[in-house]
Amino acid sequence: MRWLADAFHRTPSVGRPATARLSKWKGDVRAMTMTAASLDPTPAPPAPRTSSGRSGFFYRHPRLRLTALLAAPMLWLVVLYLGSLTVLLVSAFWSVNSFTGALIKVPTLNNFHTLVTEPVYRTVALRTLGIAIAVTIIDLTIALPIAFYAAKVVRTRRVRFALIIAITMPLWAGYLVKGFALQTIFINNGVLDWVLEPLGLKGPGFGIPATILSLAYLWLPFMILPIYAGFERIHDSVLEASADLGAQAGRTFRSIVLPLVWPSVVAGTIFTFSLTLGDYIMVKIVGGPSQMFANIIYDNVGVANNLPFAAAAAFFPISVIVIYLLLVRRTGALNDL
Amino acid sequence: MILTRRARLLLLLATVAALSFIYVPLIVVVVNSFNASKVFTWPPTGWTFEWWSDAAQNQSVRSAIVTSIKAGLGATTIAIMLGTLIAFAVSRYKWFGRESISFVVILPIALPGIITGIALNSAFRTVLTPLGIGFGLFTVILGHATFCIVVVFNNVVARLRRTGVSLEEASSDLGASGFQTFRLVTFPLIRSALIAGALLAFALSFDEIVVTTFTSGPGTETLPQWIFNNLFRPNQGPIINVVAAALLIAFIIPVYLAQRLSEGQRAPRT
Repeated sequence: MRWLADAFHRTPSVGRPATARLSKWKGDVRAMTMTAASLDPTPAPPAPRTSSGRSGFFYRHPRLRLTALLAAPMLWLVVLYLGSLTVLLVSAFWSVNSFTGALIKVPTLNNFHTLVTEPVYRTVALRTLGIAIAVTIIDLTIALPIAFYAAKVVRTRRVRFALIIAITMPLWAGYLVKGFALQTIFINNGVLDWVLEPLGLKGPGFGIPATILSLAYLWLPFMILPIYAGFERIHDSVLEASADLGAQAGRTFRSIVLPLVWPSVVAGTIFTFSLTLGDYIMVKIVGGPSQMFANIIYDNVGVANNLPFAAAAAFFPISVIVIYLLLVRRTGALNDL
Repeated sequence: MILTRRARLLLLLATVAALSFIYVPLIVVVVNSFNASKVFTWPPTGWTFEWWSDAAQNQSVRSAIVTSIKAGLGATTIAIMLGTLIAFAVSRYKWFGRESISFVVILPIALPGIITGIALNSAFRTVLTPLGIGFGLFTVILGHATFCIVVVFNNVVARLRRTGVSLEEASSDLGASGFQTFRLVTFPLIRSALIAGALLAFALSFDEIVVTTFTSGPGTETLPQWIFNNLFRPNQGPIINVVAAALLIAFIIPVYLAQRLSEGQRAPRT
């Protein structure tokens, strides 16, 4: 393309008509017109070589340009982030001198042995998996109808936009703001107790059920948004074709809509699963004395000051998430994240 | 799809139920911030503005807000620079490892925050502490920037893929230098995507608690940390409630803006 630019600059008279022509274009081309116009005042445009300052040098050396682009981000993400992650995972095979608290950098499997053999860790791990599954099911039940309604039933653009805003807003409302809100709901004599009192019932109080409901509440937008995007991608003509071929709404949903939206549903479950496995704060707020798996990691970093054990414990959520990602990779869900 | 009247009605009911599930706790927080009672009672026994003025004058709340804003601005600035650089490298060049870098960018947000948190914690302790840089605002910014890169990257890379390179080529064909092309063509094209990404990055940083817990030091308390530290002190209840309500109201604006901007990205005005 460079030869074209050179040729262009050798014919000064082209400048003005080209701008006039360009200015007729609308929309995105406006930016282009601005460029052309800003260059226009120079009656005899400078020879192309004058534009070859630093940028011209980079233009001729695309490899160098790429290196310049990538140097800082690579240093950050690969060296700082992946580096510290690797060190963390390696430290799972170290141990801590119980007397001095110093790290002993001799490879050992003791941490993993303790995690597998101590029944308390198994109980907490299974409980956390159960909570993750329950949270996922609750979120799916709530998310599917509302996402479908927003994407396919609402006809006006403005109502749809308002619905999406209404769903996205709580996503950014703040984790602890919501945590505090849920505390007031589930607390003894709180809002839930007040609502259920006329029915002669009482709320569950702080504990595992409150934790499940709270986590389902927190991650709900993460489930709704990918599913909504999935529904929105399904073209109406596909649904019309199904109806023309005689399918009732239920049949169309089962045979057409659900298979098409499945990757998005799986993408939503990745969020609910991964977020639940890593959460240790909500269970402190509404869980009463109960613990989740991330609490084990947290307590070993903070109170017990046993980083190697915490790192070994971190292998559990990481491997569950990685296995889950590998299992669902074939559905194409990863592109919907 | 042709839905029966009954199916439509059921879907509408489910939608209304889901929205009330989402909003009832948030409304409770806003209403309760005017509750006259010092300890939590529901329904409220009387109404007062006392807690709002108390919270406005509370020194620890104020300094926590300032810390959070500083951390958010720092992390967002770094995220904008790094996220945009990667977006350009991914969308404009072919190189070894291009596919894996998007995975690495997503990783800090895909992995549980506690894992990113403890990894950075031990890395900072071994690398920065010997250099005399202790845990504080600086380390919080480093931690936040790591997971904020992804939102800027996602927004900018989507925009760059959609716009293609023809406008930039046209610009250099017309004799613009690389810098002129960036200033007059490329930057205006990606500006709204950058703003949307920056807003989301700031919101993400402003709300973060887990990575913050592991990267902040004594004397550095962000607003989420302040809320968490006071959550279990009953007599701080009213002030937390006011802070929570104020945050809810304050968050409506940036979310609306970000949504508007990325909406414009999906459906360009023609």
